[in-house]
Amino acid sequence: MVVRFMRKHALLVFALILALVVAGCGGSKENTEKEASTETKEPYKIGVVLDISGPGSSLGIPERDTINMIIEKVNESGGIDGHLIELTMLDNKSNETEAALAVKNLIEKDVLAIVGCSTSGTTLAMIDAVQQSEVPLVSAAASIRIVDPVNERKWVFKTAQSDSLVAERVVTYLKSKGLTKIAFASMNNAFGDSGRAEFEKAAAAGGITILGTEKFEVNDTIMTSQITNIKKLNPDAVIAWAIPPSASSFTTSYRALGLTQPLIHSHGIGNKTFIDLAGKDADGVVFPVGKLLAAEGLPDDDPQKQVLVQYATDFEARFGPRNTFGGHAWDAINIVLDALEKAGPDRAKIRDEIEKTQNFVGISGIFNMSAEDHNGLGLDSMIMVEIKDGQWVPVID
Amino acid sequence: MKDLTKRKRLRHSLIIIFSAIILLLPFIITNNYYLSVLVIIGIHTIVVVGLCLLMGYAGQISLGHAAFYGLGAYTSGILTSTYNVSPWIAMLAGAVGTGAVAYIIGKPIFRLKEHYLALATLGLGLIVHVILMEEVELTGGPSGLTKSIPYLSIGKLVLNSDFKYYFLVWIVALLAIILANNVVHSRIGRALRSIHGSEFAAQSLGVDTGKHKLQVFALSAMYASIAGSLYAHYITFISPNPFGLMTSIQFVVMAVVGGLSSIWGPILGVSVITVLTEALKEVIPKIIPQAGGEYEIVVFGFILVMIMIFLPEGLTAGVVNLYERWRYRKERTDETSGN
Amino acid sequence: MSLASELLQYLLSGLTMGGIYALVALGFVIIHNVTGIINFAQGEFVMLGAMFMVTLVKAGLPAPVALLLSILLVMIIVAVIEVGAIRSAKRASPVSLVILTIGLSTAIKGIALLVWGTHPYRLEPFTKGGPINIGGATIVPQSLWIIGTTVVVLAVTFFVFEYTYWGKALRACVVNKFAARLMGINPRKMSLIAFVFSAALSALAGIVIAPITYVTYDMGLMLGLKGFVAAVLGGLSSTPGAVFGGLALGVIESMGAGLISSGYKDGISFVLLLLVLFLKPGGIFGISGSKRV
Repeated sequence: MVVRFMRKHALLVFALILALVVAGCGGSKENTEKEASTETKEPYKIGVVLDISGPGSSLGIPERDTINMIIEKVNESGGIDGHLIELTMLDNKSNETEAALAVKNLIEKDVLAIVGCSTSGTTLAMIDAVQQSEVPLVSAAASIRIVDPVNERKWVFKTAQSDSLVAERVVTYLKSKGLTKIAFASMNNAFGDSGRAEFEKAAAAGGITILGTEKFEVNDTIMTSQITNIKKLNPDAVIAWAIPPSASSFTTSYRALGLTQPLIHSHGIGNKTFIDLAGKDADGVVFPVGKLLAAEGLPDDDPQKQVLVQYATDFEARFGPRNTFGGHAWDAINIVLDALEKAGPDRAKIRDEIEKTQNFVGISGIFNMSAEDHNGLGLDSMIMVEIKDGQWVPVID
Repeated sequence: MKDLTKRKRLRHSLIIIFSAIILLLPFIITNNYYLSVLVIIGIHTIVVVGLCLLMGYAGQISLGHAAFYGLGAYTSGILTSTYNVSPWIAMLAGAVGTGAVAYIIGKPIFRLKEHYLALATLGLGLIVHVILMEEVELTGGPSGLTKSIPYLSIGKLVLNSDFKYYFLVWIVALLAIILANNVVHSRIGRALRSIHGSEFAAQSLGVDTGKHKLQVFALSAMYASIAGSLYAHYITFISPNPFGLMTSIQFVVMAVVGGLSSIWGPILGVSVITVLTEALKEVIPKIIPQAGGEYEIVVFGFILVMIMIFLPEGLTAGVVNLYERWRYRKERTDETSGN
Repeated sequence: MSLASELLQYLLSGLTMGGIYALVALGFVIIHNVTGIINFAQGEFVMLGAMFMVTLVKAGLPAPVALLLSILLVMIIVAVIEVGAIRSAKRASPVSLVILTIGLSTAIKGIALLVWGTHPYRLEPFTKGGPINIGGATIVPQSLWIIGTTVVVLAVTFFVFEYTYWGKALRACVVNKFAARLMGINPRKMSLIAFVFSAALSALAGIVIAPITYVTYDMGLMLGLKGFVAAVLGGLSSTPGAVFGGLALGVIESMGAGLISSGYKDGISFVLLLLVLFLKPGGIFGISGSKRV
């Protein structure tokens, strides 16, 4: 009977399921947005483009949640000078063509500034449009090319630590431990490739020898072949530049094949996911990261401590474990809001204010921007962290 | 016979009317975002017109067209940014080179049938993608080209705005459509359709099916290459990302949704898919506040399923069916009122 | 490490990967055999199986119960999809049906993203214990589970198709739908059975591989692609062929990454694949001359 009904009205059933799914999932979120009745002044418009779906989504989703959380808070406390913030958030689906369209959409909506994207490729696809239309853009992605050469990037800023900075930090650590011959493995995408290129530069400058490099695909799950090759080289230490899940797979295979050399990862494993997936294999892994992960363990006189703990508590109360990507978005949106407060609704003035950002205590570090440096982070923004019993513990080098 | 010329005239006037609308559009639409959506539609249309020639008239599927698109984009990108070659020469070089690659690779590929052919084109696309990722010295690897790609210019006129670029893209797209239309209605076109009907029968009638298929394959690869060049100079940054398997699949989806049996299919398919994607971004957040892309892709997926259930022949066939039904009904009422 | 044990290492990890591909490939072959559809949502069935398993185990169910329940859930979902979408599109051409399955895959992936988020999940290995040493090469116990499951599933599938009434009926639909109907076999019912059976296999595959691959909402894309390649390599209509195709692909990838270049790994396997196709245009196990009309 039921089957017959379903067969006859298959489409109806199908549409009904769709409606239920959409309604069911949507219902829970509906009352999060509050109606502000005290609105008198024209709202300030800010645009956001993030990699919410597609391969970049593990970055884009915490970034979206962070930005929504901050804007909600700002609007609840009356906005900026009485102007509420009107946020337009677009998903680029981790697709460069859609990012390029999204940024034009936002510019046409007369946004004062734009935050995004989550990854380097999608950000780079938007730069031409913001440079031409003269709209300030603050990216949460890593590649140094987003802000370099700075004379062609007048309107572009970024908050994530550059790969060059991270690579330098790792080289400093290696030298302090006397590990001079290493093997390098990276995931085969923009993140891993840029990490490899920057690490090669930093290693050459720091007197570290790279015995060999290996690659694995983003979706690879068994890296035995690569690790067997690394084993043959017999390095002092192994560097892996990847994000989970493949970073975790690499670690698990590394332990399974019985390598005993220190395993050093990149800042790409700056979230709980890595530990959840690799389990006890994660123990002993050392990696460079912003201070957010070990916030509670920082000395009380650390200037960032209060901001870090506050953000981590707020975020974890609503969305689950903290991660550094959300932190990059926190920095980006707050730098924009700061500049907006000082400059008022004028794109050019906002840009100038962003460039003047000094001693801004953020999540990824303390920002000191200038006409030559549109990132504004120093080596001290990264610490080395070791995983012990599934916890992050700062290491001194 | 008379009917045939009438149809031909109708076809030509349709193309003329359409071209006029297309070329007038930017004067009415002043929103840069809408123009940029139309530019992207134009670029994708060029690829899909070529793909439709291959799929609809030669009956051969290709799951690797993003590779040709990428070859064009990278040839233009590398030659102009690293070697300072004139963009137009680079574009031509890309098209000729890609066409040649397609012709050479097509020879063994077209000995394959059905799924094996699909798999071979898929493999071809993946191999090109791997090369773009791995030849770091030349292509910049996964991070993309390091130097930014210059704008196109005609004489002293630099095509640096959506308004100017729109005309370039759509003039190329219209030429592509007209050329495709001529191919379809030429001797080769008739031969091609016979392949689609029955390759064996066509062969026994003396049609050199292999040669024609190869020619169309090369032509469609050149279309994709030119579109890729136009993309590179428009966005001014390229990485291997937009030239992977997902893009190849997207092109096939656009072609099939539009319909393979008419030259209007590609435009309709590309427009519907692109506008739908963009419109969902506007509509979904209004229904479900703070929802991100997750809902968009769910709804997009369901709509795609619905289109294939209700209009399996694609949108153009759906529209034509409606028109025919309407005309049939009208003729009947005319007849009855005439009596 | 001697060359022999190195090669053995590549072979073992290749077979593990290959077992994964083979299980997915079997799902493709069963649906294609009966309905002629290339199901691009196959990888999504694998993902759903793994996701349900992770969720149910987390909810506290004992593993064997969770396993059966996960497979059952995927079978029900796929049955609804078959009746709701595939069957409604009976007028569609094969290529339209491919697009339809692409739409399904997109929608399923989106729903999974809504329900489970982007977070990758971990499933404990079926048996505890460290890596096993075989002649200087190491293998994790879960790899043995994967290879074992592949063998058992192949045997069961082969038995079902060759010796049971339903299996024979399914094969009859492949040979001649019209004649099958004359013999009292309902092709619609067969299509439903094929989809559900294939879904069960894919869900099982997802569960067995989860401890090694982890579980993410978008894991289906890569698995579906590699499974499709393996299926075609094996002729697309033969179950032993699919298994052979999967294992061959896994070993080639592993050897390519180890001996030639890990960056060009996927390129190498596809170049070999194209060469095989050019030399043997019917696939390795393809029956040359037979053509679906």
